[in-house]
Amino acid sequence: MITVQNLKKSFGPVEVLRDISTTVREKEVVCVIGPSGSGKSTFLRCLNLLEEVTSGTIVIGDTEVTSPRTNIDRLREHVGMVFQHFHLFPHLTVLENIMLAPKHVKKMDKRHNEERAVELLGKVGLAGKRDEYPDRLSGGQKQRVAIARALAMNPGVMLFDEPTSALDPEMVGEVLLVMKELARDGMTMIVVTHEMGFAREVADRVIFMDGGYIVEEGTPSELFDSPKHERTQAFLNRVLKNGS
Amino acid sequence: MDFSIQAIADALPLLWQGVLITLKIAVVSLLIAFVIGLIAGLMSTSRSRILRGAATVYVDIIRGTPLLVQIFFIYFGLPVFLDIRISAEIAGIAAVSLNAGAYIAEVFRAGIVSIDKGQVEAARSLGLSGWKTMRLVVLPQAIRRMIPAFVNQFIVSIKDTSLLSVIGIQELTQSGEIIISTNFRSFEIWGTVGIFYFVIIYLLTRLSRLIERRFVVR
Repeated sequence: MITVQNLKKSFGPVEVLRDISTTVREKEVVCVIGPSGSGKSTFLRCLNLLEEVTSGTIVIGDTEVTSPRTNIDRLREHVGMVFQHFHLFPHLTVLENIMLAPKHVKKMDKRHNEERAVELLGKVGLAGKRDEYPDRLSGGQKQRVAIARALAMNPGVMLFDEPTSALDPEMVGEVLLVMKELARDGMTMIVVTHEMGFAREVADRVIFMDGGYIVEEGTPSELFDSPKHERTQAFLNRVLKNGS
Repeated sequence: MDFSIQAIADALPLLWQGVLITLKIAVVSLLIAFVIGLIAGLMSTSRSRILRGAATVYVDIIRGTPLLVQIFFIYFGLPVFLDIRISAEIAGIAAVSLNAGAYIAEVFRAGIVSIDKGQVEAARSLGLSGWKTMRLVVLPQAIRRMIPAFVNQFIVSIKDTSLLSVIGIQELTQSGEIIISTNFRSFEIWGTVGIFYFVIIYLLTRLSRLIERRFVVR
């Protein structure tokens, strides 16, 4: 379970997160939507401290992320992250990308590590690409490898930061499919996304952010079919008209 | 016109000794410089202001003064001040190492900052420590990009070792001078000395092309 209380984040004088409080239950899939600049990516990046938190508390499982005594590297082992621009390691093969952290963080022995990596590659549908280098893969394939790489650490939570925003349209589907399967397997997921169809279909709860606040949250049908707040209505009108 | 092949032939054994000493000093100095450069380069990209400051001071001092002055300072100046004796060879290696180290530090710094911040974030998000991220993700990518700049500095430093003739190290240039002082064959001997330097550096350049091709930047 993830609990966020009164989270605030400023970059210099700019307040990006003004006062965020929410809870994510185990096995819940939460989609975070909102206009660009609303703070949704920053919110996600605060959860594993890729951004330093200005004030407030975040608790993941029984670890208080925001406590200065927390070993942040240990926490990050349990919180997987997938980035908009994949950030695969270009000097390593697909398999080596997946095996790197288990080898050097968990000291997993080579045979188990490789078995697990091959299994994960199969799960994201890329078993044949194990010895390729990332620059030989399409965007959709890269993102699926990135998901496998994060899963290799056996995280309890997966954070997705606009995982399909950098993809050509025809590759969005294959990535969303992998994410859907992950959700079905019971992974706790927080997904910052512009894919309204995915949010409606897969999310247990949708959070709408604007101006550094959570404006409204609820089940997909509550939020998409009868949004209460006018800023939510305006945003949904804008994006749904554009055929998302 | 007066040209003596015999003068060159007679000089070859002594010049070859000089080549070996030049190579020895260059190789030892560059190995040390590589380590100094790596440490100073890491310091200059660190979060600590003190480490960054120390690296900047070092690089600025070395780059802001001539190598010849650095050689004199280390060989003549330091021993007087510290009341110690050091051999010309040690002083020479120290001077060339410290000098090349400063330039190599800048090569490392530039290579490290050229790596996308996302690479670091991805590694850290997997639970890798800062040092492991540097060692396993950033440096392997950065060093590939740095190969041409390294080679450039190696070439400069090999030629810089000729300055060590001023403190009496019998490397290639000094060997030439000694020979000329007895046979007065300036044209033949300086020409041969030049050819020796050229061949060493040409071979190094070829070698580096091979290495570059093996480590294609991905």
